[in-house]
Amino acid sequence: MSAATDEHFRRKDLLGLRFLSAGEITHILDVAEQFRELNLRTIKKVPTLRGKSVVHLFLEPSTRTRTSFDIAAKRMSADTFSISGSASSTTKGETLLDTAKNLAAMHPDIIVVRHKRAGGALMLANELPDTCILNAGDGRCEHPTQGLLDMLTIRRSLGGFTGRVVTIIGDITHSRVARSNIWGLLKVGATVRVCGPPTLIPMGLEEAGVEVHHQLEDAVRGADVLMALRIQQERIPRGGHFFPTLREYSRLYGLNRDKLRRWARKDVVIMHPGPVNRGVELEPEVIDGDWSVILDQVENGVAVRMACMYLVLGGERAARQEGRG
Amino acid sequence: MSGRPTILSGGRVIDPDAGFDGIADVVIDRQGRIKEVGPNLAAQADGKWTVIDCTGKWVLPGLVDIHVHFREPGHEYKETIETGSRSAVAGGFTTVACMANTNPVNDTGAVTRFMVDRSMQAGLCRVLPIAALSKGLQGEKLAEISDMIDEGAVAISDDGMPVMDAHLMRRGLEYSKIFGVPVSVHEEDSCLSHNGCMNEGPTATRLGLPGIPNAAEDVMVARDIELAALTGGHVHIAHISTAGAVRMVREGQARGVKVTAEATPHHFVLTDEAVGDYDTDAKMAPPLRSAEDRDAVKQGLIDGTICAIATDHAPHPAQDKDVEFELAANGIVGLETAWGLTMAEVEAGSWSLMDAVRLLTSGPSECFGLETGTLRAGRMADITVIDPGGRTNVVRERLWSKSGNTPFAGWDLPTRVDRTIFAGRTVYVWDGERGRVGTDAARRRR
Repeated sequence: MSAATDEHFRRKDLLGLRFLSAGEITHILDVAEQFRELNLRTIKKVPTLRGKSVVHLFLEPSTRTRTSFDIAAKRMSADTFSISGSASSTTKGETLLDTAKNLAAMHPDIIVVRHKRAGGALMLANELPDTCILNAGDGRCEHPTQGLLDMLTIRRSLGGFTGRVVTIIGDITHSRVARSNIWGLLKVGATVRVCGPPTLIPMGLEEAGVEVHHQLEDAVRGADVLMALRIQQERIPRGGHFFPTLREYSRLYGLNRDKLRRWARKDVVIMHPGPVNRGVELEPEVIDGDWSVILDQVENGVAVRMACMYLVLGGERAARQEGRG
Repeated sequence: MSGRPTILSGGRVIDPDAGFDGIADVVIDRQGRIKEVGPNLAAQADGKWTVIDCTGKWVLPGLVDIHVHFREPGHEYKETIETGSRSAVAGGFTTVACMANTNPVNDTGAVTRFMVDRSMQAGLCRVLPIAALSKGLQGEKLAEISDMIDEGAVAISDDGMPVMDAHLMRRGLEYSKIFGVPVSVHEEDSCLSHNGCMNEGPTATRLGLPGIPNAAEDVMVARDIELAALTGGHVHIAHISTAGAVRMVREGQARGVKVTAEATPHHFVLTDEAVGDYDTDAKMAPPLRSAEDRDAVKQGLIDGTICAIATDHAPHPAQDKDVEFELAANGIVGLETAWGLTMAEVEAGSWSLMDAVRLLTSGPSECFGLETGTLRAGRMADITVIDPGGRTNVVRERLWSKSGNTPFAGWDLPTRVDRTIFAGRTVYVWDGERGRVGTDAARRRR
């Protein structure tokens, strides 16, 4: 596969979009674009990663991300192994590092890790020099493949990022999806707005170049993309006092047809990382309406994850060396 | 004890308590007490005296740290009173005050007695226990403070656990007046710090870590200054970390409230950016703050608002630190880096050498009402000799503490502890290549 940009992605790990350059991000998206086409074929399997093993280490519940990674790996003929939180030794008191070292001793090529603490993936990457680490979400820090699949979806919808306005609505504080999107979109020149109650906006975003809004109308007007975040009850600490009720949250920050008609551009694109709390962040008519690209996001997720696995293993160069290019 | 008279000759003696800075000799009597400090005393020495040539060196009162954690009893895998004492004397400290968060908690006279006994067995430095304010550090009812004071406790504190019950704090401050000791407070509103694990700010946002706002400290400092005003008790703010807290302490002192404060080297040297990418050696409570806060802490030390530098020496081995940042233990070891970090600020022009010595000797001693931190005649001869031409290279594996949790590994700090004398006996010497600790350290010097 050839890259459309000068700057290539040559890292061992994918830990977060905050570490990447605009060129690297663009390169990943370009490669993903080519894998995307593969997913539309009748026979969806290629031998690219034959003989490679991928461990899915999911220490926090996940259905769609895990499935998406698994499909991505299998379509490239990798062997995949799954370890979940409840089945792993971490429930027996083993530390994350010990779990990882034990896994690494079995020489997998890639570990896809989801961990409920920020910095979990980085820790593994530092400790395991011979294994590629793909971060599938670390606490509230980053979820880089989600950020990339969102960016691919935006690029496909709008044709590019420069001068485009992306508004992220909801609980920014506890969201790794928001962080990955913010860092990634800023790098490629988009304007990023966040909107939510002040209780759910972390400190220092303005200094990083993000527009912060608390009135939904201001954040929606003129935006090209509206990305609603899931209210993650499981990630919000008890006793947080972030908002009184879901009903009131929805009244202030939920998107419905009426608000869109009054404030949004006619061609606005609606996104959501899923799973959606129907009637909280988005009314059903918005989820299922023409403006929604929510299922495109899921579709693009597989291609992005194929691209990431392919690239951390060395891309074209490595595939050729193995004689399977 | 009875030994030979000793004379430290020809050194530059710096004693903030006496306001003295000049070349002088220090004579120590057979009982290990300071006999005399003055010029040209060497003539009286005969062959039976021990003569220590301090020409070109600085001779200071032994350093005093009013805030350490020696982990014994209960957490001996982190530190013991003996290994902590070794770390202390290697860092130039001859007196340390030990917090009560051991297991069992130091909330009865028996535990206090045990800690004192252990420190006497080690025999390296003065280890002064601090009594728990509340039974089991639970913040519910007062511990038997009198019992602990009788066994040698010098202050009262629930350090590590904020006292959220304002009524308990009020009664604790009132009760402390019986004994005339300070109540040292860890100021953190646990409702406001919630599940935070580092300073709330741009670094926490970047790392996706829950933050602790300055207000978590500030509201408690405000509360406790008012309670000190109400009760007439002495409240001592431990490890002060915010600009707001420094301002309120300054205002409280101006009003005549009995409020004092200490600051740690890490809070006047580092900011939350030291967390970098989840460096757990930069995780502590209170957290490293912004540059503005760091500068305010420094200013408080310069203008006298903060009377002492204290380390909050908090040893944790790798197993408690090599985990996810949110799960890592709070705190760092500090005894072996405090002097050098304080000296680095002297070099940078933040404060004078005399002020640096004061903040580590007479400042903390006066604050806790201790007779240490001075070279006054008749006091125990606790003395630290510094080689101003030496350097202190911080090497994690070579620390005397049982734990190596320091963010200063690899730092090269000005001057070096050359010798530490406790009650007239040398307990630490630098032999030209490495330090030697022990009650016979002097004999082993090559």
